[in-house]
Amino acid sequence: MVTLADFLVLSAILFAISALGIFINRKNLIVLLMCVELMLLAVNTNFLAFSYFLGDLHGQIFVFFVLTVAAAESSIGLAIIVLLMRNRGSINVQDIHELNG
Amino acid sequence: MSDIKTICSIIAFAPLVGAILAGMGGRIIGRAGAHTVTIAGVGISCLLSIRLLMDLLATTSTGEPVVYNETLYTWLESGGLTLQIGFLIDQLSATMMVVVTFVSLMVHVYTIGYMRDDPGYQRFFSYISLFTFAMLMLVMANNFVQLFFGWEGVGLVSYLLIGFWYTRDSAIFANMKAFLVNRVGDMGMVLGIAAVAYLFGSLDFATVFANPAVHSETTFQILNGEPWSAITVTCVLLFIGAMAKSAQFPLHVWLPDSMEGPTPISALIHAATMVTAGIFLLARTSPLFELSETALSFVMVIGAITALFMGFLGIVQNDIKRVIAYSTLSQLGYMTVALGASAYAAGIFHLTTHAFFKALLFLAAGSVIIAMHHEQDMRKMGGLRKYMPITYLTCLIGTLALVGFPGLAGFFSKDAIIEAVKYSQLPGADFAYLAVLAGVFVTSLYSFRLLFLVFHGKERMDDHTREHLHETPLVVTGPLIALAVPSVVIGALAMEPMLLGNFFGDSIFVLPGHDVLQGLQSHWHGAVQFALHGFTQIPFLLMLAGLATAWVLYRQKPELPGLFAEKLAWLHRVLLNKYYLDDFNQTVFAGGLRGIGQFFWRIGDVALIDGLLVNGSARAVGAFAGVLRHIQTGYLYHYAFAMMIGLMVLMSMLWFVIQ
Amino acid sequence: MLTEKILFYVFAAILIFAASMVVTVRHSVRAALFLVLAFFTAAGLWLMLHAEFLAIVLVLVYVGAVMVLFLFVVMSVDLDQGRLREGFGRHMPVGLLVAGVVIAEMVSILSIDQLAIVAPESAAVAVNNVEAVGQLLYRQYIYPVEIASVILLVGIIAAISMTLRGRRQSRYIAPAEQLAANKRDRLRVVDLREPASTDSTAESTGDDN
Repeated sequence: MVTLADFLVLSAILFAISALGIFINRKNLIVLLMCVELMLLAVNTNFLAFSYFLGDLHGQIFVFFVLTVAAAESSIGLAIIVLLMRNRGSINVQDIHELNG
Repeated sequence: MSDIKTICSIIAFAPLVGAILAGMGGRIIGRAGAHTVTIAGVGISCLLSIRLLMDLLATTSTGEPVVYNETLYTWLESGGLTLQIGFLIDQLSATMMVVVTFVSLMVHVYTIGYMRDDPGYQRFFSYISLFTFAMLMLVMANNFVQLFFGWEGVGLVSYLLIGFWYTRDSAIFANMKAFLVNRVGDMGMVLGIAAVAYLFGSLDFATVFANPAVHSETTFQILNGEPWSAITVTCVLLFIGAMAKSAQFPLHVWLPDSMEGPTPISALIHAATMVTAGIFLLARTSPLFELSETALSFVMVIGAITALFMGFLGIVQNDIKRVIAYSTLSQLGYMTVALGASAYAAGIFHLTTHAFFKALLFLAAGSVIIAMHHEQDMRKMGGLRKYMPITYLTCLIGTLALVGFPGLAGFFSKDAIIEAVKYSQLPGADFAYLAVLAGVFVTSLYSFRLLFLVFHGKERMDDHTREHLHETPLVVTGPLIALAVPSVVIGALAMEPMLLGNFFGDSIFVLPGHDVLQGLQSHWHGAVQFALHGFTQIPFLLMLAGLATAWVLYRQKPELPGLFAEKLAWLHRVLLNKYYLDDFNQTVFAGGLRGIGQFFWRIGDVALIDGLLVNGSARAVGAFAGVLRHIQTGYLYHYAFAMMIGLMVLMSMLWFVIQ
Repeated sequence: MLTEKILFYVFAAILIFAASMVVTVRHSVRAALFLVLAFFTAAGLWLMLHAEFLAIVLVLVYVGAVMVLFLFVVMSVDLDQGRLREGFGRHMPVGLLVAGVVIAEMVSILSIDQLAIVAPESAAVAVNNVEAVGQLLYRQYIYPVEIASVILLVGIIAAISMTLRGRRQSRYIAPAEQLAANKRDRLRVVDLREPASTDSTAESTGDDN
């Protein structure tokens, strides 16, 4: 029998993997964005798991909105990447550190 | 008696009006206007004071002295204390008023000649009139607050006048010194007045002196719980104020420096009137002092020290005014000794006679200074007798009065003091007696030294000055003559009524056990007899010894003083340095305070508060921020990593909670 | 039940494998493709959670639009793929450590009894999932729906306006304008001589003193 805990653990592993991805990936900004999408996927899975196992449909509504916003956000993120490429010629994360203290 | 009220108001405020007119409108009314206005003011005060005294004498002689004590104006009432302006005209204050106004008038007239060429002419007249006003408020006061107002007023004007020639550094140094030393005394004075207010709940003389004995057993707890008699503490505090104002040891240091001011004010303020304010205060508060033998003893010893040791300093001075200044200090010591011996009447009597002949001496010195074109060093004078006969004669009369030549004013008052001290039983009276006796010799020595150096002997001035030497004009010599008269007669006239009759009545209070003047009474057979008897007494012999010594040292063998100075060089140096008191004050008090100030400034303020607390906290914030800012690297992966670490920490905490 | 469990574990394994690959492969395009795989697998999982509508939306919208967009950008950004993935091995140990700790803690927290909830019996439902979600969405959450649409609109406008280049400067001259030019509009002669006294040597074109 699949329990709620299984799904939650799965989400946790996905989340950790994507966080790891953000940390170790220092050369390609696009992969960073992909890791962000993975994170969002993990969270959505979490919501849906709770929604199913607790019998509350509101979790699915939340996922709906998260998907919407994630789509908008990724499109803008990619636009920014295009601009970065245009203006700097590089999407190396190590080169983007102007907002430092 | 609104009549007396008006008279008193006029006496007090006429000099003030004169001062304001001369001071504010000096440029409008000109020099002649300034001196006319002020002399008119003081002259009116003088005449009215004399009239008041006459009235009082008339009523005293009938056995029923009419004393006037009324409040003119209530200034404020606060917490049970009422501060008011009021006049108390009794025998004591009437005497003082006459002395003050008469000497002030003489000095005003004298100043016309002395300050003729000075650009600050009107300012000077304004100041001395203002001084007269303050002094009158002091002596006419019927409560402690008004007395203190007058006290501070005379201190202020003294400061203004000592530094009259304010462009001179030495004058400024002297006036600051006078003011600061007087401030030390004022501290004691204020504490004393506060103690009076605390004990008696009122500052009115009538209320306080009505029955002071109720507090004779009260104690104050000072300095870790040791009980001190309240009356003693109060009297000592008040005396500290008097010590500064009347220049007793060790707060006498300002008086010799006050000779930086023009000679008329040395005569007025530092001989006749301001310095006598302390003596007056003690006489006024005699009901309190009589209850404390400790305070009286203290007063007497301090006075004796001043009388003797200041006299020593007068012997080695070369400035003519300094000699007279130290003479004043010594004579103030005599007055204080008399007060300590409970012979208040003798102290006031000596104050009166001293006012006349000391003012005379100062003004004569001023006359000499004018003639010598403002040269004050006695070593450059000599043989002035034939050039300035009037000055010489008046100066001689003054000197004889000072040294106590039988028959002249000073003799009566000084001998009264010496006798009074002889009969006193207080601890320290023996020392005081020896001191005042020795003081006679010393007084005679320096007085005749001055006379011989200035008026007799070889002429040591340069030719240019000698050509211009002549007697000073009448405006200068007139007051000299006017002051010489009382110097001769007032002793004989006033001794009996003042000291032995009950002239002072209730204005001065003496306990029967302390009444030393009783002893004098038993020997009294009239002034003439007293004077003739004086020729056989020890003081007269001491005086002659002093005269003889001065004659030998300064007329017969002028090289001897130099030899003495060489042989006793250490003593000479101590005397020249005024017992190193000035140096002590400069290094210990002035230097110490400056050092403390420097310490608090450099370490407390700059280093601690500015550097450590204010700037230090700013620097600390800056340093801390400088370290923290490195957390913001700008790299996304660092931020993500930090978030992961935070998440890990939170989950660890959660995990522990769940366990 | 058992099939459910086996299915769950298979999908979970594939999902985790795809996610790891996204993070570690060198080529960006391959990473994008692995992400697509991850999304498909996740859609399968979501179907198991009876969220049919969202599963399809995930495939259609996310994979169909967003991932395509990703691929567009990945391919248009011409990168030297070889150099890109160098050096991330240096950071791997620390990252793995932290991730490992996070996972371990999460697992231990999530293994408590309260969370071992079993799926409820699927009662016969009156409506299917799409209809149920739609009813909830358009009745209770109509306002957030509108706002979400505005967000999408803003996204569109933002993306376009940021990357829009101005029109390239062209040197095209309209012939009609060219023919309509004449001297009067193009030339003006200015006299710079001295006003009053002009000597004979003054030049008509004016010198500049």
